[in-house]
Formats: sequence, structure tokens, C-alpha cells
Amino acid sequence: MDLSDTPEELAFREEVRAFLSAHLPARLSDRVRAGKSLSKEDHEAWHAMLNTKGWLAGSWPKEYGGAGWNAVERHIFEEECALAYAPRILPFGLAMLGPVLQAFGSPAQKDYWLPRILSGADWWCQGYSEPGAGSDLASLKTRAVRDGDHYLVNGQKTWTTLGQHANMIFCLVRTDPAAKAQEGISFLLIDMTAPGVEVRPILLLDGTAEVNEVWFTDVRVPVENLVGEENKGWTYAKYLLTHERTNIAGVGFSIAGLERLKHIARIERSGGRPLIENPHFAARLAKVEIDLMAMATTNLRVISRAAEGQAPGVESSMLKVKGTVIRQEINDLTRRAVGPYAMPFVSEALEGANEPPVGPDYAGPVAAQYFNNRKLSIYGGSNEVQRQIIAKTLLEL
Amino acid sequence: MNFELTSERQMLQDTLRRYLGDRYTTEVRNRIIESDAGMSAEIWRELADLGIVAALFTEDQGGFGGLGFDIVTVFEELGRAGVVEPFLDTAVLAGGLVADLGSEAQRAVLERVVGGEAQLAWAHGEPTSRYDLSHVETTARSLDGGIELNGRKSVVVNAEAAEALVVTARESGEPDDPEGLSLFLVPGGTPGLSLRGYPLMGGARAAEVTLETVHVPEAARLGPAGDVYSAIERRVAMANVALSAEALGAMETAKALTVAYLGTRKQFGRPIGTFQALQHRMADLMIELEQARSAVILAAGHMADERCSRERHVSAAKNLIGRVGRLVAEESIQMHGGIAMSQEYELAHIAKRIVMLDHRLGDTDHHMERFIAFSHV
Ligand SMILES: Cc1cc2nc3c(=O)[nH]c(=O)nc-3n(C[C@H](O)[C@H](O)[C@H](O)COP(=O)(O)OP(=O)(O)OC[C@H]3O[C@@H](n4cnc5c(N)ncnc54)[C@H](O)[C@@H]3O)c2cc1C
Ligand SMILES: Cc1cc2nc3c(=O)[nH]c(=O)nc-3n(C[C@H](O)[C@H](O)[C@H](O)COP(=O)(O)OP(=O)(O)OC[C@H]3O[C@@H](n4cnc5c(N)ncnc54)[C@H](O)[C@@H]3O)c2cc1C
Repeated sequence: MDLSDTPEELAFREEVRAFLSAHLPARLSDRVRAGKSLSKEDHEAWHAMLNTKGWLAGSWPKEYGGAGWNAVERHIFEEECALAYAPRILPFGLAMLGPVLQAFGSPAQKDYWLPRILSGADWWCQGYSEPGAGSDLASLKTRAVRDGDHYLVNGQKTWTTLGQHANMIFCLVRTDPAAKAQEGISFLLIDMTAPGVEVRPILLLDGTAEVNEVWFTDVRVPVENLVGEENKGWTYAKYLLTHERTNIAGVGFSIAGLERLKHIARIERSGGRPLIENPHFAARLAKVEIDLMAMATTNLRVISRAAEGQAPGVESSMLKVKGTVIRQEINDLTRRAVGPYAMPFVSEALEGANEPPVGPDYAGPVAAQYFNNRKLSIYGGSNEVQRQIIAKTLLEL
Repeated sequence: MNFELTSERQMLQDTLRRYLGDRYTTEVRNRIIESDAGMSAEIWRELADLGIVAALFTEDQGGFGGLGFDIVTVFEELGRAGVVEPFLDTAVLAGGLVADLGSEAQRAVLERVVGGEAQLAWAHGEPTSRYDLSHVETTARSLDGGIELNGRKSVVVNAEAAEALVVTARESGEPDDPEGLSLFLVPGGTPGLSLRGYPLMGGARAAEVTLETVHVPEAARLGPAGDVYSAIERRVAMANVALSAEALGAMETAKALTVAYLGTRKQFGRPIGTFQALQHRMADLMIELEQARSAVILAAGHMADERCSRERHVSAAKNLIGRVGRLVAEESIQMHGGIAMSQEYELAHIAKRIVMLDHRLGDTDHHMERFIAFSHV
């Protein structure tokens, strides 16, 4: 048992750090640190910088233009990026669709779509959820009917993250309504600029518009955009979900969030002393930090097993539950830390370029972040669904 | 022992619940929140006509209520409907201070407050005071028979709509001394008074207020010079009971929405309310909500006590409400799933309101410390 990085791991960590300090623009890290949203161009710029270095697709094999990292290297990269307040790498093309295409796509699909994910030629979004199909994803109703060398698609997706920026959406669609729920589903790539696709924003409770409804009315999709076999989409979807759940613990985000919280708590004062010295506050802070230290280690235990080739099963569900609970607790403490200045709701649109922030500069986004991150325990398979998975494995009933 | 509302309060509750149920729909409320004013003058007037403001003052102050149970009756209903109009600031805080301390001339404004024609705000908190009531750095000094005020006030709710601000300023002592504080009525638009307004996460508006050589006449002084801390503390206690009742009403709505949703939302071919994982949490939520109701009743019933007992009960309520409020807001969102994240859905505002109420006049931790302090005197 040795908890420290191996010399190779240490060297890799140093290399990542050096790259970030040389190439991550302060313009971006300042926005991430301050909890501000990033524009489409911001995301694209960061992806392009990583792609130039060959680090955009950490988990992809080298033959597809990826870095070919193992789980430990990926973890080191993700942790260092979070600590440097780098923008997150958007998962839709890179972590979700890419692995599915590599595993199940035709040679032509791999040749065409994978380089475009890396170059940023396409912006992908995920069309799984529907108004009636959330946790029970297999009950989805969006219909695709074969019509010559096209599918005719009708239906609605919802909660589509960043769909407003996307030109492509990968969708689960029903191709065989007669079959058992899981067996009549196909995995289809749909051009969002095609006639009949409509995107409507959903305003979230924190004032952001990061998710959308996507409507399909007689949208014609060429059959070559079917991934794998017809009616086998559920298998690919599940494969994708296991990839979605890597880095689900969000350790780097929690560590960075905790650092920011401590920074704030050293500046804020309570009863004439720094808030960080207030016994009640200090106790809450200590508790979440202790939880985080242990969770980070659980995460590493899972990762090192994965690096040896063992696929994480129920562990990823455990990490999702604990990881999101910890992140949400840090968000809660941060909102408390700023006191009455959590109340102003000064959206970025209202922030004049020359106007100072209301209250201390760190206070602005904390309440919004607290509310926005309620999503962490809802999406990617809700925490209830994860607990159900854990219990099923454990009890074998 | 009698836990029934008096017939007058029952009537008030019924009237208010009916009016708000019909008039203050989610759609109307969302429109109000998005408006520039952040409140509806029309609804303010209608509620005043129903006697809502009058219910927050005693008879000799020109109202017909003003006691702990009147306040909680009104605010529970305001909370239930997610009302954002600043009754707390105009009536309980600023209006209350004028009623408690004002001269006859100063109290003239109350008639218009009760009638729904005038609004007020209390400018007390400062950029570094957090929830500390005695931390006041804004200064007041006598100058040629008048008074000059200098300082900064933060998150002053309703400052823009108020025709006058009740400003707390220090005439003597150190920033944390309870002694040496005075109150002044400063009309909006007084030279040297500047506001930077903004909307609040839970609805309504507030402002950062700067007082730069603001001159007011001696007649603007509200109450005795340098000796208003105990009056402030009493009013803040009343306001904290009001906030607790408001949160309670909002939690009732969150619970009702969640119960209804659990009964109608189907996944895996059955209502999600049939999953025991959600049932038990709903049960816990209900248990905690009853605890919250008791804490509010307990605090309202001790409003007329001597300081120590009053403050202890108020802090107990605000602490418990803060804890239960977070639980109810977070669990209601979680048990709804994605839909609760949408601003359009009624729960979004209600949940934000519940959580943000914790940031007014002392949060869960602040009131835990205060409860401990008042338990050992
Ligand atoms: C901000 C945000 C972004 C999202 N982005 C995307 C995206 O890009 N693409 C996409 O396809 N989807 C996205 N989603 C959708 C997300 O995956 C769903 O919200 C999630 O699957 C839950 O579904 P639901 O919201 O319909 O809730 P429901 O499934 O209706 O669940 C409601 C409640 O019931 C509980 N529940 C359900 N079934 C059970 C059970 N068997 N046992 C116990 N409890 C249960 C749930 O845990 C939840 O608490 C996003 C959601 C959010 C909030
Ligand atoms: C100190 C003590 C004194 C007692 N005194 C008396 C007495 O004087 N007279 C008398 O008649 N009995 C007495 N009892 C018995 C007591 O009433 C039973 O222990 C109780 O009814 C639980 O039954 P059980 O122990 O068989 O547990 P079980 O019923 O087998 O339950 C085991 C576990 O499963 C859970 N569980 C069961 N059903 C469900 C469900 N539908 N959903 C979710 N969870 C469920 C339970 O909550 C428990 O956690 C006493 C017990 C104790 C410990």
C-alpha cells in the first residue's frame, strides 16, 4: 500500500501543471473560479487548446486521436484541471458519443464523426430524456420510422443540456413499438439544422438557460446515421452511461470548491473574528473536508482497480451518491458563508462592465450555484436510482 | 391550553388564503418577479384594503392586531402563496419602529402605511455586519441643530420603493456596542442619499445604500438618542417570527406540491409515490414540518415575554426553521426530479424563497449561537 504518486505519475502531474500554467488563459479560469457561465466560444477555445496538445480526448485510444491515458492518468489530469479552474471538458461528444462510436460505430462513422468531435466541427448534445421518460428511460416515445433510405423522426426530448449551441444530437428513438420496452430502441445521430427540429430554452430556477426542449416534426435522418444495429440502442445507451459515470465523483470540483469556500471564510467575519474560526462554521467545514478526504481515497481505490482493467460496477453508483452529496454540501456552506450577500440576484446580463459587484466579488454567484447544483443528484441517473442499483447488487433479491 | 385561532384571526386567514389563492397565481407572481419594480402596486393596495397591513399593528398604533399570533397568521399565508411584496420591511420592521418609537408627528405616516399608500424600509445592516445587530459603523453627528449621517448600508430590502428609510446610525461608542445607536427617518431623495438597486434571488428588490453627508433635522430622530437597541431587538424578534411563519407557509406549499406530484408522476408504470424510498422521506418531511409549526407557535406565544425568554424562543424557532427549511426545499426538489429545476414550475420560487429567508436577520448558525447565549444567562 503506497498512497503517493509513482515517479511516473508525479512526472505526469508536473507536466499537466506546467501546461495549465502556460496555456490556460486567466480570462477563462477567472470566470470559472467566479462561478460565471462560459460562452460557446469560451468552450470551443479551451477544447481547441487541449486538442492542439493532444489532450482533449484523454480516454480515447491514440489511433482515434486520443491521449490513450489510463484511469489514473485521467484522474490526475481532471484533478489538476479542476484545481486550476480550467473549464470542464464538455462530455457530450468526447466522453459520451466518442466511446460509443469507437465500440459500435461503422468504419465510415468513425472516420467521419470522431475527427469532427476533436476539431470542434460538431457540437453534440444528448437526447435521452423525454417529458415522460426520466428515470424510466426505456419508456421513451420519440418515434423513428424507416422510409426508404431515411428515418422519419417525430417526438420530443427534454432537459437537453447546451442544446442551444449544438448542431448535432445523439438520440434514443423507438424503432419497434411492438417489442419489449428496452428492445425497440435505436441510437440515432440527428442533424439539428435539419427541417423540423425546434429547440426551445427552459429557464432554470437560478436564472440560467443551460437546458432545452427539442422537438422533432417529420425530421428526415439518413439511415447511415444509425449507430450499430436497429433496436439495439439500449445496449449502446447503457455502455454510454457507464462512461458518463466515470469522474462522476467530481473530486477535483469538490477540492476546488472547498478551497474557494475556505478563502471566503477567511475574509468573512462573524462576531469580530474570521468566519473560519467560528466554532460552528469550522465544525461544518471540517466535517465536509473529512468526508471529502475519504471519498477522494475511495475514488482512487476504484480508479486504480479500473486502471488494472476491472470495470467499475456498483462502485460508480456509490461514488456518484457520495460525490454529489459532498459537492452540494460545499455549495450550501458557501452560500451560508457570504451571509446576507447571498440574497442579491445580479445576473450577468445586468452586470454593467464598469459596475462593481454587489457586496464582495465572490458573493454574486454562490446562491445561484447552490440552486443550480441541485441538478447533480437528479441527472446522470438520480441518487435514488443509484441507491436502488447498490441495494439490488447487495441484497440480490 | 387552546391552539385554536380566535375567530377574528380565523377570518383573516380565510380571507387572505382565498384572495391569494385566486389572485396570486404562479403566473401572476412570476410576472411580478420579472417586472422592473419587483412588486405589484395593485396587489399591495388590494391586500391593504383587506386589512393585511392593519393586522400587523396594534389598535393604539392604528391597526387591529400587531401581536405575535396576528403576525404569524398573516405571514404564514403570505409564505404559502410565495408573496414577494415587502410587508415585512414596510410594516413589521420600519413601520414597527415608527409605531414603537415615533412622536405623534412621525406616526402620522402610519395611517398611510396601513392604508397601503406608503411604503418604508429599514436601513440597518452594513457590508461587514453580517447578522450582528449591534455592528453599526454609520455615524450620526449633531451639526447646527441638525444631524449629519455618513455610512453604507447593505441589502436594504425595499429601499427604492420606500418613501422614507429608517436609518440606524451610531452617535457614540465602538462599532459593536449596543449602546450609542439612534434611528432617523430619512425621506427618499434626500441629498447625499444614493441607492444602487437590484433584484433578490427570492423575489422583491433591495439596494446598497450610501449616505454621504446626509443632513436631516433634529425632528427626524426616531426615539431616544443613543438608546434604541432594545427597541430594535424587539422588532427584529417580531420580524424573525414573521419570517419563520412565512417559511412555514412556503414549506406547506412545497409539501403540497410534492405530495401531488408523487401521486401523479408515473415512472416504471406506477406513481413515483409508490416507491418506499420516496414515501419514507415524505413522511420525515411531514414530521419535520409539524415540528416547524410548533416552533413558530411557541415563538409567537413568547413574544411578550421578558427579553431573555423572548429571544431564546425566537432563536429556537429561526434555527429550527432554517434546518427544516433546507430539508424541505432540497427534498422537494429532489423528489420532483428535473421538473423542479424549471423556473416556470411553482416550486422553483417557493424553494428559493424558503432557502433565502434563512439569510435574513440571522441564519441557522447565528440563531443557534444566540439560543445558546440566551440559555446560559
Ligand atoms: C440540469 C439538468 C440537465 C440535464 N441534462 C440532460 C441532457 O443533456 N440530456 C438528457 O437526456 N437528460 C438530461 N437531464 C435529464 C435527467 O437525466 C433526468 O432529469 C433524470 O433522469 C431524472 O428524470 P426526471 O427528471 O424525469 O425525474 P423522474 O424520473 O420523474 O423522478 C422523480 C423522482 O422520483 C425518483 N424515482 C424515480 N424512479 C424511482 C425508483 N424506481 N425508486 C425510487 N425513486 C425513484 C427520482 O429519483 C426522483 O427523485 C438533465 C436534467 C437536469 C435537471
Ligand atoms: C425492547 C423491546 C420490547 C418489546 N416489548 C414488546 C411487548 O411488550 N409486547 C409485544 O407484543 N411486543 C414487544 N416487542 C416486539 C416489537 O413490537 C417488535 O420487535 C416490532 O413489532 C418489530 O418486529 P420484529 O422485531 O419482528 O421485526 P420485523 O418486523 O421483522 O422487522 C425487521 C426490520 O424490517 C423493517 N420492516 C418491516 N416491515 C417493513 C415494511 N413494510 N417496510 C419497511 N420496513 C419494514 C422493520 O422496521 C425492521 O427494521 C418489543 C421489542 C423490543 C425490542
